[in-house]
Amino acid sequence: MAEYNTQILICGGTGCKSAESDEIGNVFKDLLNEYGLDDDVQVVVTGCFGFCEKGPIVKMMPDKTFYVHVTPADAEEIIKEHVVKGRQVDRLLYKDPKTKKSVSDSQHMDFYKKQIRIALRNCGFIDPENIDEYIARDGYMALGKCLGEMTPEQVIDEIKKSGLRGRGGGGFPTGLKWEITAKVKGDQKYVVCNADEGDPGAFMDRSILEGDPHSVIESMAINGYCTGATKGLVYIRAEYPLAVARLKTAIKQAREYGLLGTDILGSGFDFDIEIRYGAGAFVCGEETALIHSMEGLRGEPTFKPPFPSESGYLGKPTNVNNVETYANIPVIINKGAEWFASIGTEKSKGTKVFALAGKINNVGLIEVPMGTTLREVIYDIGGGIKGGKKFKAVQTGGPSGGMLTNDFLDTPIDYDNLISAGSMMGSGGMIVMDEDDCMVAIAKFYLEFTLEESCGKCSPCRIGNKRLFEILERITEGKGEEGDIHKLRILSEVIKDTSLCGLGQTSPNPVLSSLSHFMDEYEAHIKDGRCPAGQCKALLKYEVVEEKCTGCTLCFRNCPVGAITGERRSVHYIDQSLCIKCGVCFEKCKFDAIVMV
Amino acid sequence: MPRIKLSETAIQTIREVCASFDNQEGELINVLHKCQEKLGYLPAEVQELIAQELNMSIAKVYGVVTFYSFFTMIPKGEFPISICMGTACYVRGAEQVLNEFKRQLKVEVGQTSPDGKFSLSCLRCVGACGLAPVVMVGEKVYGRVSPQQVKQILAEHQEGCMREAKSA
Amino acid sequence: MEMINLTIDNKPVVVKKGTTVLEAATSIGIHIPTLCYMKLDDLNIENKPGGCRICVVEVKGRRNLAPACCTDAAEGMEISTHTIRAINARRTVMELILSDHPSDCLICAKSGNCDLQDMAHRLGIREIHYKGAQSMYREDTSPAIIREINKCILCRRCEMMCNEVQTVGVLSAINRGFDAVVAPAFEMNLDHSVCTYCGQCVAVCPTGALTEVNNTAAVVRALYDPTKTVVVQTAPAVRAALGEEFGMEAGTLVTGKLVAALRRLGFDYVFDTDFAADLTIMEEGAELLNRLGRHLQGDPDVKLPILTSCCPAWVKFFEHQFPDLKEIPSTARSPQQMFGAIAKSYFAEKLGKKREDLVVVSIMPCLAKKYECGRDEFAVDGNPDVDYAITTRELASLIKISNIKFTSLPNEDFDSPLGESTGAGVIFGTTGGVIEAAVRTAYELYTGKDLPRIDFHELRGMEGIRKATIDFNGLPLNIGIAHGLGNARQLLEEIRAGKSSFHAIEIMSCPGGCIGGGGQPYHHGDADVIKKRQMAIYKEDSNKTIRKSHENPYIKKLYEEFLGKPLGHKAHELLHTQYFDRS
Repeated sequence: MAEYNTQILICGGTGCKSAESDEIGNVFKDLLNEYGLDDDVQVVVTGCFGFCEKGPIVKMMPDKTFYVHVTPADAEEIIKEHVVKGRQVDRLLYKDPKTKKSVSDSQHMDFYKKQIRIALRNCGFIDPENIDEYIARDGYMALGKCLGEMTPEQVIDEIKKSGLRGRGGGGFPTGLKWEITAKVKGDQKYVVCNADEGDPGAFMDRSILEGDPHSVIESMAINGYCTGATKGLVYIRAEYPLAVARLKTAIKQAREYGLLGTDILGSGFDFDIEIRYGAGAFVCGEETALIHSMEGLRGEPTFKPPFPSESGYLGKPTNVNNVETYANIPVIINKGAEWFASIGTEKSKGTKVFALAGKINNVGLIEVPMGTTLREVIYDIGGGIKGGKKFKAVQTGGPSGGMLTNDFLDTPIDYDNLISAGSMMGSGGMIVMDEDDCMVAIAKFYLEFTLEESCGKCSPCRIGNKRLFEILERITEGKGEEGDIHKLRILSEVIKDTSLCGLGQTSPNPVLSSLSHFMDEYEAHIKDGRCPAGQCKALLKYEVVEEKCTGCTLCFRNCPVGAITGERRSVHYIDQSLCIKCGVCFEKCKFDAIVMV
Repeated sequence: MPRIKLSETAIQTIREVCASFDNQEGELINVLHKCQEKLGYLPAEVQELIAQELNMSIAKVYGVVTFYSFFTMIPKGEFPISICMGTACYVRGAEQVLNEFKRQLKVEVGQTSPDGKFSLSCLRCVGACGLAPVVMVGEKVYGRVSPQQVKQILAEHQEGCMREAKSA
Repeated sequence: MEMINLTIDNKPVVVKKGTTVLEAATSIGIHIPTLCYMKLDDLNIENKPGGCRICVVEVKGRRNLAPACCTDAAEGMEISTHTIRAINARRTVMELILSDHPSDCLICAKSGNCDLQDMAHRLGIREIHYKGAQSMYREDTSPAIIREINKCILCRRCEMMCNEVQTVGVLSAINRGFDAVVAPAFEMNLDHSVCTYCGQCVAVCPTGALTEVNNTAAVVRALYDPTKTVVVQTAPAVRAALGEEFGMEAGTLVTGKLVAALRRLGFDYVFDTDFAADLTIMEEGAELLNRLGRHLQGDPDVKLPILTSCCPAWVKFFEHQFPDLKEIPSTARSPQQMFGAIAKSYFAEKLGKKREDLVVVSIMPCLAKKYECGRDEFAVDGNPDVDYAITTRELASLIKISNIKFTSLPNEDFDSPLGESTGAGVIFGTTGGVIEAAVRTAYELYTGKDLPRIDFHELRGMEGIRKATIDFNGLPLNIGIAHGLGNARQLLEEIRAGKSSFHAIEIMSCPGGCIGGGGQPYHHGDADVIKKRQMAIYKEDSNKTIRKSHENPYIKKLYEEFLGKPLGHKAHELLHTQYFDRS
């Protein structure tokens, strides 16, 4: 590797890439060339830095200056000032929202202060397309240690001792899972990485694969060594082209370095990895459905047992873990189970990656120790609610999870606490909602998702969720009936109790949790015909405040359906029978003379 | 269903794709991905040929195509518009943006405008939640889109076409 | 064998490892309701998608309810099948299923025979609390089968039959979520597909989603048309099953009552397809001996094995899927079509009538027969040899409509001459029967000796593929039998690969043969019903005085008076056919 004095790290995660980080990289390279600095300064496109809200992000090494909201036009100034003159470009630095002062090192930003990065350890630090950078940060050391110094039993034991639990949602002890697959006899076994992240509003796995694909490859090889599998399969969403490309590159490099293939590191152990593509079916996150999908079939789940560890891909013993789970493994091997187990709570060890999004100031990818409270996540790391609005709830576990309200802000986050709070860990989506969000509408949103993603195989999920959705729909349309709440409850319980797979068994959770925390909102919709959050259009009415209306005709001219009448300089009037509640009049009015009621 | 006739090149392409996966039935999803990538969509005739090449029933192929939302039997527009309906985008107003696209284009989700220019679809979380709500037109990503911007986004592409048409 | 101890509803039960909770419960007289689940024991057919969730039970220590059909019994398990939780869940799931199902039960073709209706009754559903949108699909009518898939409850039985048992592959689950349904590719009509009309999907459908095309109205019109002479033939398997429609025990032979009922319905001549079965043996047997003889003489052009051709679904199957092998099956028409051809020629002549004045109706256990009689090659100047084929079920319905008390009918005999048959003709109704009948005749014709025995037990049974070697006086004749098209496919693949050592193979599309046909009274998932019908068929055979086709005096007379000799010119014209490449 050539030695550079300065490195310019540019976030190449999907969020930043979407905001022209590619272009920024190109401009940097051209300019460095122009300035004759290309031998001195290296441009590295890395994985996600996590602080997506402030993207595109550019980080200068070795002094760790962290520039935010960088545009291609800023590149020249950064080179002229920072690289050449050694002066930070202050206007591109992060401004602490409290002190209003510039912060240049990310370690001093509230967003990063409380995070511990294990799974994301390399994201944003290395070029994910360069295996040497991974190796330079202890990459493949764990694989070497396993193959050279440890028996499969010892490795499994170490994982068991670490207390690592599945990060895909279920929380099953990872070591135990490996042990079961290891013990089943089979001429061919498989190791599968579930990268079919389909949770709306979650992008943890994507970021890991984009930012640190080798950590997953290394772990899968370790998993293969432990279980006796010689073949690994990564099942990944086809909608993640960047992650797919980086993974492919990484696999190729690992093969070239002899870290995949036959006789890995001279140990006699053979292992290789293939990629399988998902095709847009959330249910394929369920492991039996995933396996059927890899076999070229409809991704319908089947009854367990048999579990994949006994009879999985092509009927062979198969170990399925998700991306984040794998990303933890090398660290556990390198630093030891005890170190890992020292982080977290009694029954949930280590850290958890969350995709923090919604009505929050600092949208991004975060990794916190188990046991961190929601308050710390939302207010310290997340910087509080956007626009100074009031916090209402946070949804964890996506469509399978529930809403956590004010009452739970001080609950330490771990698998068991979230379940007792009526939600679940899920894969790590964390959506923050504020006072403008109608909880009935949110429950309906999730139900609509489940409805679309249900495979249709079992009747409670296929028909029950449809009926649940229909009831929620009529409530949000102001057509709720007496008894609807009771029906929602009974139906939800039965769907949970009788559905075939995890998707159906958890699909009513958003309904049940919104019912238990926000019953008043349901009642307001049904009994008073009112949406307290003002989100349900059908329950809204736009009206003209006579005292304020100046008769400027702006609303009248902008109404797309001609529902507004009135003469110039006289009070206007909205015909409610024609109004489609598009809100244009409300937005256009300069005198606040139109109100939502 | 209107029948189309596959061109010789299309037939050749499909056969090659199937052969590249050793005509294995278990590779169906990979084959469908490749064929859609090359042909843009998977009309009945394509599925029939794939079934024949992989020696499996057409019903099974169709069963798989209709199971996965990624596969489409309708040709995409010249500018495929995808609105992210992930939760982060939803709570930041993606639905209003979607409705505005529907209103402007006069098409429903999954349809293509009659002139073949725009097709409208929803997708689940592109992982750019920091930019929510997100709209993609082809490969181009628009972040923090408001309903008011919809007209302009469409115009951007329509103008592009007009210019090309004029210069042609 | 490892044994498992568990309790169900507080009753202790010991079962073998691998037994499901459902089976364990059944073994101690606890009847857990099921809907999608179906197991036809001896036929090796099982449908266990775990989809309907009607059979859910409570398992102590388990978070959610467990489907009894897929859950294996485990040591120490404590199962409760009728707690409030389980009953409420079951009833709610049933309400949900009904909420997406048309409620036209009173006028549904399946009324009275519907598993869904029975289940709603059994669970005491009186109200559907969860109403909402219902799936809407267009109805599809083909020559034999009607698909009204608004009534599909996604039990997947038809899909399993069509793919796993029959390997025809017309049906698949399509779409997903609420829109999921079982349909052909592109939701095309069945008559555009490679459907064989075997009707096994209809035979297992628990609702009215799949039913037969009903031809009874046309038959009644013909019966009341004074210008027509209406001749009826009834297939062998019908007499072994019709009684079930009138509450009689499965396996009750009702031949005499069947004849009496047909007479009372107003048919002018009540004949027997068994007669045509004997005729089939004459032709097919001759063809076998001809090919065998040429083969033994070293003729390289001769194709062996010879395959039977009496099953129309099987014929359509190989025309679609194995057109390269279409020279292999016997060219002999099926008994239904032989009968039609003879009725409208020989018998019409005897009556001094034109063929147009005759209406030939067949009573069949089969749906494919409806399609077969409509094939172009089985008509003369547009007038079909067989005008209408109706199923055993449709006949029962006709009898009921006509105020006939079936169980009280006297036993009557078929009319002559086309009603006289042998035991060989009767056994056409079961798997293995056609080839046994052929062996009885071919042996004697080939060896010139009397058979030392008539019953060939090595050819009987319910195994999907059976093989036997019969000693033809020193020549070991290798015989294969397959029922179910998936089993047939295996033997055909062997032939295609040049690895088949058989001289003759019998193929029947339906599991069990015609007794398990798609037009028979519904077996509701009870394979014993099919076995009992098989026993009835063999009983009818052993009751007959003449049990070899070539000894049927009326067959002999037919050749003397009209046909000449087997494979002769006239026989060729009337009794043989050709096959088409439909791939």
